[in-house]
Amino acid sequence: MDLLNAFITLSNFVLIPAIAYGSQLALGALGVTLIYGILRFSNFAHGDTMAFGTMATILITWAFQSAGISAGPLPTALLALPFGIAVCALFVLATDRGVYSFYRTQKAKPIIFVMVSLGVMFIMNGLVRFIIGPNDQRFSDGERFIISVREFKALTGLKEGLAIKTTQGLTVITAIIVVALLFYFLNRTRTGKSMRAYSDNEDLALLSGINPERVVMVTWLIVAALATIAGVLYGLDKSFKPFVYFQLLLPIFASAIVGGLGNPLGAIAGGFTIAFSEVMITYAWKKVAGYALPDALAPDGLAQLLSTDYKFAVSFVILLIVLLFKPTGLFAGKSV
Amino acid sequence: MTDTTRNLVYFGFIAALIIGTGLMTSWNLAITIVNFGLISAIMALGVNLQWGFAGLFNVGIMGFVALGGLATVLISMPPVGEAWAAGGVRVILALILGAATIVGAILAYNALPKGRMRAIGMIVILVAGFFIYRAVFDGGVQAVEAVNPANAGYLGGLGLPVLLAWPVGGLLAAGAAWIIGKTALGLRSDYLAIATLGIAEIIIAVLKNEDWLARGVKNVVGLPRPAPYEINLQNSETFVERVTNLGFDPVTASTLWVKAIYAGLFTVVLLILFILAQRALHSPWGRMMRAIRDNEVAAEAMGKDVTARHLQIFVLGSAICGIAGAMMTTLDGQLTPGTYQPLRFTFLIWVMVIVGGSGNNLGAVLGGFLIWWLWVMVEPIGLWLMQVVTSGMAEGFWLREHLLDSAAHMRLLTMGVVLLLVLRFSPRGLIPER
Repeated sequence: MDLLNAFITLSNFVLIPAIAYGSQLALGALGVTLIYGILRFSNFAHGDTMAFGTMATILITWAFQSAGISAGPLPTALLALPFGIAVCALFVLATDRGVYSFYRTQKAKPIIFVMVSLGVMFIMNGLVRFIIGPNDQRFSDGERFIISVREFKALTGLKEGLAIKTTQGLTVITAIIVVALLFYFLNRTRTGKSMRAYSDNEDLALLSGINPERVVMVTWLIVAALATIAGVLYGLDKSFKPFVYFQLLLPIFASAIVGGLGNPLGAIAGGFTIAFSEVMITYAWKKVAGYALPDALAPDGLAQLLSTDYKFAVSFVILLIVLLFKPTGLFAGKSV
Repeated sequence: MTDTTRNLVYFGFIAALIIGTGLMTSWNLAITIVNFGLISAIMALGVNLQWGFAGLFNVGIMGFVALGGLATVLISMPPVGEAWAAGGVRVILALILGAATIVGAILAYNALPKGRMRAIGMIVILVAGFFIYRAVFDGGVQAVEAVNPANAGYLGGLGLPVLLAWPVGGLLAAGAAWIIGKTALGLRSDYLAIATLGIAEIIIAVLKNEDWLARGVKNVVGLPRPAPYEINLQNSETFVERVTNLGFDPVTASTLWVKAIYAGLFTVVLLILFILAQRALHSPWGRMMRAIRDNEVAAEAMGKDVTARHLQIFVLGSAICGIAGAMMTTLDGQLTPGTYQPLRFTFLIWVMVIVGGSGNNLGAVLGGFLIWWLWVMVEPIGLWLMQVVTSGMAEGFWLREHLLDSAAHMRLLTMGVVLLLVLRFSPRGLIPER
């Protein structure tokens, strides 16, 4: 019984939050890795692209809410999501036309692209703060829990409860659907195959008649969709704050690099690696250990390896370890 | 127009801007802008060393600046005797144990044969070391933080003269830069950017949370100053007499005088660093650096150790940022970890370097002053602009309120637009590299 209680506690505080967070990171890292594979630079504006798409979705959600449209038990934001993606895609395409395409024709060095993306990041961040302000915004509505602690206890008669938030369930389901669609697109459709060909060998792809502008445009569209979905899911699960989205850049980059930059499968693996390490290292294990271990061995303190304030340090240290020992990442990404 | 006259025009323009600010608003503001402009110019010199000379992209300037600030506290504040007695030794011991663990793991990695044994050995050393470290560390920290938490609760510093903190700040930043450079240099150029972004966030997290070190978000205030206090000047008869003879109000004169002393000190540091950077640029070493930047493969073929040179210049540039950070904290007279924001301390410096002219030290200094002035002035200008835009709207109209409230965020937008425009239309900057 005690072991079961330990497992329930573990699921409640570690496994379920980490799976939800990992899905969000994986979606973010997929965007970074796609940009890296096709356009060949690390996009520093990605966190703020997420923030921009989320902001658009939030504004549309508010409009829906005041118009009385709702999705029943699900958050209204889901209805607004396609519109948010559209707004974000338009903005991202405009930045590509106005900013990046110039450097592409010049064949500028990747580091120049990184710098330019920094400028784009500034502007996006400024716009987001300008339009919606720098503060916390909550926009989650509908049913809060799929199953709450009290219901779970009544159902099973266990001492420990398990709660699954709607947003957590939603995150995982959405992530699975999105990833399945993405991989179907990349592996089965003509456009997807031409994207992979372009990523593998640009010159050869050009020779075989692939239109680079089209590949780039489709990539930006997919990235805008991924970023908005990841941002909205994160915002629903926690809350929306522009600065937090900027800070998400570090775990997202760490995920993409740990998995191997340019490798979509690696981005997913990296996202979960980072999320699980972050949650497990900053979780206080006292309660779980109290159930799982015999009384004599139970810890006195919180049994927390690092305080939650250092969660960025976890992704950073994992990043450093990967760079030191396996710079191409777990799934052999692109060049070193 | 020759280069010299052009540069003179640029710097004359900056001088006119600052004097104009002094005439239009107040001399106090003008000299504050000069002080921060000097510090910004030093930071820009450091970044220019990394980017302009070597093409290294460092987005963790904030972290190195914050380390400089930490050095100011560690050097200049008087030690808190009780805290040392309560747990100081224990904390230091724990830190030594932690360092020993890492060194032990590295030694084991080098000594053990490749394979599973090595991995297991390292993990055992690291895990065991971590638990021993935490066991010693936690008790010590609790004891230290319990000592008079309202105005101490930390170990304090060494009580040495505050000017000594400036070079020490450089050393701290250099140490951090060495660790980052050792791992991230020699890989793809983007990796350094990501790694520095990370270290900056972590340094700030440490400053905010390790209360025993520098009181965390409770801030350390009242740092010793290299300049006299205004109130002492106002009480000094000779000073009051002298300024009244010159026709100044003693209160205004004392604040201006103190700021002028800082400005003098900062100018000396800027001049020394500028001359050193200039000498470095025009030495064989500087030419080698630029050769590496322009073509790494060719330089490597000529027998240059690219990674080692990159590490060298990365550490040097970060050290300069650390010195500037220590100077800034000295000027503020307090360490407030909550105020370190990447926008202000990392990206702003980048805009300075790019606008001024990367690869040119004079350009970095120019960019430092120009962009700092813009940074200070954008907010009032933005507010004024918003008032003009909204003047036609009715009082209390939501859009009007919103626009007026958002004027503060104009800075981000302006800096982003400036950066993109310069990168696009004048990528070599105002004073291009020769």
